[in-house]
Amino acid sequence: MKFRKYNGVLPGFWPAFSYTILYLTLIVLVPLSAVSLKAVTGSWAHFSDTLASPLVLAAFRVSLGTSLVAGLLSVAAGLLVAWVLVRYEFPAKRIADALVDLPFALPTAVAGIALTSLYTENGWIGRLFVPFGIKIAFTQIGIVIALTFIGLPFVVRSVQPVLADLDAELEEAAASLGASRWQTFLRVILPILRPALLTGFALAFARALGEYGSVIFISGNLPMRTQIVPLLIVAKLEQYDYAGAAAIASVMLVISFALLLGISILERRSRRFAEKEAV
Amino acid sequence: MASTAIGHVAVRRGTARRDPAPAELLLTVLALVALSVLIVLPLTAVFIQAFEKGWQVYLDAVRDPYTRDAIRLSLLAAGISVPLNLVFGVAAAWAVSKFDFSGKSALVTLIDLPFGVSPVVSGLIYVLVFGAQGWFGPWLLDHDIHIIFAVPGIVLATTFVTFPFIARELIPLMQSQGTEEEEAALVLGANGWQMFSRITLPNIKWGLLYGLVLCTARALGEFGAVSVVSGHIRGETNTLPLHVEILYNEYNYTGAFAAASLLSLTAVFALGLKKLLEWKISRDTEGAAE
Repeated sequence: MKFRKYNGVLPGFWPAFSYTILYLTLIVLVPLSAVSLKAVTGSWAHFSDTLASPLVLAAFRVSLGTSLVAGLLSVAAGLLVAWVLVRYEFPAKRIADALVDLPFALPTAVAGIALTSLYTENGWIGRLFVPFGIKIAFTQIGIVIALTFIGLPFVVRSVQPVLADLDAELEEAAASLGASRWQTFLRVILPILRPALLTGFALAFARALGEYGSVIFISGNLPMRTQIVPLLIVAKLEQYDYAGAAAIASVMLVISFALLLGISILERRSRRFAEKEAV
Repeated sequence: MASTAIGHVAVRRGTARRDPAPAELLLTVLALVALSVLIVLPLTAVFIQAFEKGWQVYLDAVRDPYTRDAIRLSLLAAGISVPLNLVFGVAAAWAVSKFDFSGKSALVTLIDLPFGVSPVVSGLIYVLVFGAQGWFGPWLLDHDIHIIFAVPGIVLATTFVTFPFIARELIPLMQSQGTEEEEAALVLGANGWQMFSRITLPNIKWGLLYGLVLCTARALGEFGAVSVVSGHIRGETNTLPLHVEILYNEYNYTGAFAAASLLSLTAVFALGLKKLLEWKISRDTEGAAE
């Protein structure tokens, strides 16, 4: 098998290709491999002790649980927002559409302090819940809110193009066969949106697991209760426990790469599906 | 075809996709409430709290020497990492989109890797390489070179988290444009550089700018990765987002929100630019399709 299959007249393949590989290796691959090497070459006992410690297990439970809930909330809110943006006309629609991307653009620390100030007991929103005895900031509810803020645009931007390209004839056929609007939505539209919703969820979930800046202010970082995994990595580093930090980080990397792989398989499958439809 | 008629049910085109008016109103209101609570309210809260004690206090907070040092460092980190990733993005997109070679899809996946890495881990990896206990730690210490808890570490971490932005914008764009125009230029006697600057560059300029805007916004706002490698020395290794954290933890809320308002303005400006470029790009592709 020849390495290069195309031998056109265009110049610059080797310089561009070699530079790409060199830069990728220096900036990404070598530093990333340092984590796995540090985790593997350290003592096995330290590795397993770190991961099996109650503090670390609790942090994984908090991170996975809040990311899951926030991912599901993002899917619900994201589908609603995408539907309204694609299907309806209303004033300031363009501004609403642009605002969806704000969580991508707003620095996480800014989002973190802004959300915290809203949801503490004397914040604009937090105080509304005080009479009911519900605390939001410094609890897992607060973490979920911050992660939903971060996750929302992923779902909207995954669903929006699929919804916009949806073939009108499908809905017309369903309606002409006597389906109600709600039945059409449940049995025709939702199944078509499923891969996009799943991709949006996976992207939001992956981002939520690793999220740091927008969470640490609102979470309050109570050990065992509102401490997230990324925070624990920082704590290990502050104690100069590099091997411990690397152990936790390597588990995080395995999870996020598995998710990344799953997402790319999902995307490839839905693209193949779309191509088959087009033929 | 104006209508589809099956049996006794006739559905006029267009009405089948319309939701009942009350449902439409309810869903629109719900969506706008969700956007307001989740997104508009936090943004508003930043500015209200920044200006709570009046203009003078705000201006003093923004003019604070440590804030100014932080702004300068953030601009420096973005000023180095963005051009690095720009050159890489163009090179990677050229190799990937204009040529065919084995392992191409693996390469594209590797380029996207930094997006899947937690910001904290993005900082940690450089600590493990250059930190005191890291691979090169002892050697760097002997030669009095500071990377971690110093400016080079901040630049490296920023470069890592913004690594894919420009490449992943350019790769699909250049793939869709094919190689014919460049080949025509070469046949007509252009050299490599003329081909690139007169054909490729004008073709990709909006996509390039788009990637540049996203990359710069993220570089200026990165928090987690930079936080791990910074060491938080005021006036030396404190970027603007880190400065926000320090002020907030000192209960200097006006100062924290004043600094945060600068970052928010940058974010809103970047969003506006992004929308403008999206509009330009869609107009260009529509023009090309006609």
